[in-house]
Amino acid sequence: MGLNAYLTLAAVVFCIGLFGVMSRRNTIGILLGIELMLNAVNINLVAFSRFVGNVDGMIFTVFTICITVSEAALGLAIVILLFRVRRTVTADHLDLLKG
Amino acid sequence: MNAETIAFAALALVLVGSALMVVLSTNLFHAVLWLALALTGTAGIFLLLEAEFLAAVQLLLYAGGIITIVVFAIVVTERLVGESITQTNRRIVGGGLVALALVGIIANAIADSPLPTTRPPLTSDLTRAVGETVLTRYALPFELLALLMVAALLGAIYFARPDD
Repeated sequence: MGLNAYLTLAAVVFCIGLFGVMSRRNTIGILLGIELMLNAVNINLVAFSRFVGNVDGMIFTVFTICITVSEAALGLAIVILLFRVRRTVTADHLDLLKG
Repeated sequence: MNAETIAFAALALVLVGSALMVVLSTNLFHAVLWLALALTGTAGIFLLLEAEFLAAVQLLLYAGGIITIVVFAIVVTERLVGESITQTNRRIVGGGLVALALVGIIANAIADSPLPTTRPPLTSDLTRAVGETVLTRYALPFELLALLMVAALLGAIYFARPDD
């Protein structure tokens, strides 16, 4: 399998995640879409790293995974806080900043 | 058709199928379980790319960690765990068009680029190389990452603390 197969697969997964971010109502659903997108980026990094023969891409992947975990923990804490304050996690109803 | 092609095709099928179920499933709880399958499929892709360490990290951190906290968040915020309520907003058509257009553009760019079709042979243990590079050349970013994770966890605790 060439590099282009891996990159195409990652592009498809990224766009599915993007679609999820745009079409989900629930804030947790949006976070799931973001996870999918970051996951696709990881596939790209590892594939490039392996095909170029340079280990840096894999280290970047370790960093990305750690940052994704931090992002998920913080994002879900914000979701729980939003639920406590507004009693809803639907993104359409979270319009505090709308003038 | 060699073994690698068959394994890649199977993993790609699992990955794309479960990713579609993540965004299309009407039950959010099921969507999380599909996400677990998608992340496991990604670990399989990492194994195909001979990155065993990353496959292990992916399984432990994602399939173990993220799925657990997402399930907790759903249980806390969603009183309708078992029910299927409308999960999509009005932008489903536009979002689908944008995603399709983007995948077309990227696939076109990939097809036009001269990309390597064979990988260089492994000269040393990749896991050992990752470990050595993290603790030598990338030591400072590694420590900053530790700081970032502590800050993120403290922030999460601060947000989720009970009011008093």
